Amino acid sequence: MNLILKLLSFIGLVLTVFPAVLVFTENLSFDMHTTLMMVGMLLWFGTAPFWMKEKKL
Amino acid sequence: MNELLNRIEARLDATDEYEREPVPENKLKGWRAFLGMYAGEHTAGTEFVIGALFVAHGVSAVNLVSGLVVGNLLAVLSWAFLCAPVAVRTKLTLYWQLKKICGGNLAILYNIVNAVMFCFLAGAMISVAATAVGLPFQIPMPGLDDWMPTSVGWVVTVFLVGMVITVVAIAGYDYVARFANISFPWMFLVFIAAALAVLPDLGVTSPSEFWTVAQERIWTGEPAPGLTQFTFWHVVFFSWFANMAMHIGMSDMSILRFAKKWQMGFSSAAGMFFGHFLAWMSSGILMAAAAGAVAPGLIAYNSAGVAGAICVVIAGWTTANPTIYRAGLAFQAVTPNWKRWKVTLFTGLVTTIIACFPALVMNLLDFVALYGLILMPMGAVILLDVMFFDKLNLVSNYAEKSGITFNWAAGLTWFLTLGLCLFIYLYFGVEVFFLGLPGWFIAVLIYIGLSKLFQKKLEPATQPV
Repeated sequence: MNLILKLLSFIGLVLTVFPAVLVFTENLSFDMHTTLMMVGMLLWFGTAPFWMKEKKL
Repeated sequence: MNELLNRIEARLDATDEYEREPVPENKLKGWRAFLGMYAGEHTAGTEFVIGALFVAHGVSAVNLVSGLVVGNLLAVLSWAFLCAPVAVRTKLTLYWQLKKICGGNLAILYNIVNAVMFCFLAGAMISVAATAVGLPFQIPMPGLDDWMPTSVGWVVTVFLVGMVITVVAIAGYDYVARFANISFPWMFLVFIAAALAVLPDLGVTSPSEFWTVAQERIWTGEPAPGLTQFTFWHVVFFSWFANMAMHIGMSDMSILRFAKKWQMGFSSAAGMFFGHFLAWMSSGILMAAAAGAVAPGLIAYNSAGVAGAICVVIAGWTTANPTIYRAGLAFQAVTPNWKRWKVTLFTGLVTTIIACFPALVMNLLDFVALYGLILMPMGAVILLDVMFFDKLNLVSNYAEKSGITFNWAAGLTWFLTLGLCLFIYLYFGVEVFFLGLPGWFIAVLIYIGLSKLFQKKLEPATQPV
C-alpha cells in the first residue's frame, strides 16, 4: 500500500514539473501544462500525507 | 466542549521539548533532518517577492548569479562556523542562553523586539498569500509604488487570510508544521516549473539562448523608476544577511542544538542553494514574463495556473503561521497573566493590520536587512560569551553567575551598536544592506570592552537565574 502511495506521489511531482519542460521545448500547450500541474498537485497532496513521516526538530 | 477547551489550553500552555535544558545525546539528529528542514524553511512565500524585487532594482544577470553564489556561500559559512559551534556546545535555545548571559529582563526586552520583527515578517507573508486569494475576485493588486491599502477589497482579503492564519496558529500549529514539511518538495518544483513554462514567452526555447535573454530581457541592469540600482555587492550582502538573525544573530541555535556535530551547520547549503538561489532566480524570471507585475499571486497564476496561485497561498500560510505562533510566545513573556491563545490572537490582529499596507512587501528587501541588523548584536554577544570569554579571562554566563537580571555590558553593546550603525547610515550614507558587517565588529569590540569594565570578582551565586 505504502509503495503504491509513494508511486502516486512521485507521479504527482512528475506531473508538476515535466509538463513545464515540454512547454519549454514547445511540445505541449500552456493550458495543458496548467491542467497537468493541478492534477499533479491533487495527486501529491492526496497521497504524500499518508506516508511522509514528520521530522520534528 | 469543556474537555476540548481543556485539551486546547493544555496544548497552548505546553512548552517545547528541551526548551529549558540541554538536548540529551539520544535526541540528537543526523544530516538528513537538517538538510530537509533547511531546504523547506528557505522556500517560502517571500521568495516570490525577493527575486522580483531584484529585477525591479535593476540587477544585471552577471551580478545576480555571481552575487548569489558568493552571498549564499558566506551565509552557509556563517551558519557552520558561528551558529552551529555555539549551538552544539550549549545545546540550548537562543532565549535560554540569552537569559544566562544577559539576565531575565534583558532577555525579555530582546524577546519583545524579536516578536515585533516577527509580526512584520508574518505580515509580509499574509500580504503574499492575499495576492493569490484575491485573484478569483478580481481584486486590484498593489504595485511597486503602492504604500497604502489600495482598495477595500484588498483590506477584506488580507483580513480574511490573516483571520484564518491566526485561528490555525491558535489551534493547530503542529498540523501546519507537518503540512509545511509535506508541501516543500511540491512547492520547490512549482517554482522551477513556473519559470520554465514562461521562458518561451521571453524568447528562450533552448538552454543556449537563456543567458542572452537573461541579460537583455530579465536582469537588464535597468532599475524601475524611483528605485535604487543594485550592484554585485548589494546581491552579495543581501543574500548573506537575509537570514542574519538566524546565523550571525544565533536564532538557529534552537534548531542546531539538535545537531550531533557542528559540521551539520553546512546543511544550511540546502536552503541557500536549492531554496534562495533557485527560488529567487525563478521569481525574477516570472516577474519579467509578467511585464513587471510584482504581486506574487498574479505572477504565479500567469505561469502555473491554479496550482501556482495555490502554491503562493500555501507558501505564505505555512511560513506566516509559525511566525505568528513564535511572536505570540515571545509576547507572552511580558503578559504572563494572558492565556497563550489571547496573546496569539492579539499578535495575529496586529500582524494582519500591518499586512494591509503594501509598503511592507514592496520594501521587503530593506525590511529583511533591518530585521537581521537589529538582532545581530546579541548574536555577537552570545558567540563571544560561549566561545571566547574563558580565553579572554572573562566570566561567561555572567547574569546567571552573578544573579543580575540585566547585564549592562550586553545591553549597552546592543544599544550602542545599533546607535553607531544608525550614525554610519545617516552620516556616511551607507545603505542598510551593508551595515551588518561593520556592526558585528563594533558589537564584538564593545562587548569585550564593557565586560572588562563591568564584570566584578564574582561571589558564588546564591540562586541561578
